Amino acid sequence: MTIQPAASLGTATATSARPAVAAEGLTKTYRGDVQALKGVTFSVRPGTVFALLGPNGAGKSTIVKILTTLSRPTTGRASVMGHDVLREPERVRRVIGLVAQKSAVDLEATAAENLTLQGQLYGLSGPELRRRVSGLLERFGLTDARKRIARTLSGGMQRKLDVAMGLIHQPQVLFLDEPTTGLDPEARADMWREIARLAREDGLTVVLTTHYLEEADHLAQHVAIIDHGQIVVEGTPEGLKAELRGDAIQVELANTYPEATVHAALGGLGDVLREVTLDGRSLRSRVDRGAGALPTVLAALDGAGIRVATATVARPSLDDVYLRYTGHAYSDDNSRGTIR
Amino acid sequence: MTTALANSAQITTRYLRAFLRQPSYVAFTLVQPVIWLFLFGQLFKRVVEIPGFTGSSYIAFLTPGVVAMSALFSTGWSGMSYVIDMERGVMDRFLVSPVRRGALIGGELVYQAGMTLLQSLIILALGLLAGARFDGGIAITIAFLVGIMLLGTAFASYSNALALVLRTQNSVIGAVNFVVLPLTFLSSTFMPVNLMPQWMQDAVKFNPVNWAVEVGRQTLSSSIDWSLVGRDLAQLLALTLVCAWLSTRAFRAYQRSV
Repeated sequence: MTIQPAASLGTATATSARPAVAAEGLTKTYRGDVQALKGVTFSVRPGTVFALLGPNGAGKSTIVKILTTLSRPTTGRASVMGHDVLREPERVRRVIGLVAQKSAVDLEATAAENLTLQGQLYGLSGPELRRRVSGLLERFGLTDARKRIARTLSGGMQRKLDVAMGLIHQPQVLFLDEPTTGLDPEARADMWREIARLAREDGLTVVLTTHYLEEADHLAQHVAIIDHGQIVVEGTPEGLKAELRGDAIQVELANTYPEATVHAALGGLGDVLREVTLDGRSLRSRVDRGAGALPTVLAALDGAGIRVATATVARPSLDDVYLRYTGHAYSDDNSRGTIR
Repeated sequence: MTTALANSAQITTRYLRAFLRQPSYVAFTLVQPVIWLFLFGQLFKRVVEIPGFTGSSYIAFLTPGVVAMSALFSTGWSGMSYVIDMERGVMDRFLVSPVRRGALIGGELVYQAGMTLLQSLIILALGLLAGARFDGGIAITIAFLVGIMLLGTAFASYSNALALVLRTQNSVIGAVNFVVLPLTFLSSTFMPVNLMPQWMQDAVKFNPVNWAVEVGRQTLSSSIDWSLVGRDLAQLLALTLVCAWLSTRAFRAYQRSV
């Protein structure tokens, strides 16, 4: 197994416009020497959706906390809309909205009261504030919940209220930390539509963290894969997938076999197979034409006495990108313990 | 400055609204002092017969003490709303906004002081009904209420500081209970100082609850010792400032640890 160094792929990295968000060499060490970030650099183009993709504990939330002035980096610099997060936190706070990982709705207040207080904290008042509260309630389908105590709202509705609160002061950059974690599929689809609309219609810059590959693929124009506090690769979802030429072959073996045995069995196929990895019983590889290569692979395994349970051929997904750059499958990683 | 005041008022409103939405909590807050007043009033009724006790009504003697004790009990829970806000992520949501940090702390303390005042007025009214006579007049009564609000604010700040450092409901409850009852019994709430053992008479001088109770006792007397009142109020003010400072320090520590 090989882990490739961080690389920048795809298009749209260099632009003349000032980035909406810029992070440079961010590190964060928590007490007890937990190194949450080990030098993170990236920039986000205005008006786009940028996804930080990685498993729990990769450091995504730490990045968001630093960019939203909640936490200070141990070293490194960051700015939002040109304002330095350490030197001008007040200015940064005025231009950002945050929807944190945990719902931050005040459960003892109504939906309208939650929105109103949030607006007041940003100095809004009077008819202007009332107009925005009504507008957001309507936009997020919460008009009927206006006078309901938040405690009585469903998880999906509370999450929408969270997003609405993040928008009350019309921020230029919206940070969404795991916006759909814990939502049922219907509420998630709903949230995806809303997020896509934010960038498309409102011209907002959205920085999204997620551990759902699908979510990053679906929503983001630019994805940075983060693992163990470092960005391992970044680019457009299309660019990242295109880099993995050809199809992905995945073979589930019926038993666990020594890695050497498996590689030896496939040794004769070196000109067809690329990037062969064995992860437990999962054998993955890339080929130019999956359908044609699969019988050859199965025959080679059979010839070496390796029994196969299932075999699939797929177009490359972000899953494969993740596997290639981190050296381990995404789902394995996600079940790993949380550091922070 | 106006922003800070507006923010404080908004935060105070938030707590007040949540309080009023819990009728059972409102009821308990109001009923609890009644229980203290009449339960202890009956239990210790014959304390007046002990040689050395000045005055003839134990209920009158007890009323200022119950005011102080109730202030301690209710403001001790102050930190719980901080713990809930931290757990819920509400605190971080506030911190990401440009809200004045002082307003987050101050708005909550204003609410606590207001609740303490309301509760104290109710207890004084109950005492009056039960036969206590506040011969000291209006000025000393106001001075007493100021003292009680200082005690309440100080204790709320202590509770908030604990909440910001300990961050779990159970540890805050434990730490608050650890001091509430000892401070109450180590004061002249139930027993005049001159009837206490000598070591207690010495210790009582350093007990903020006793400072407030001492001021309260003056409300019953027609000849007020204003120098005692002045000294006790100054001590309570100093304590409040120290506790408020501690809670801001704890708040900064919390911000750094996020």
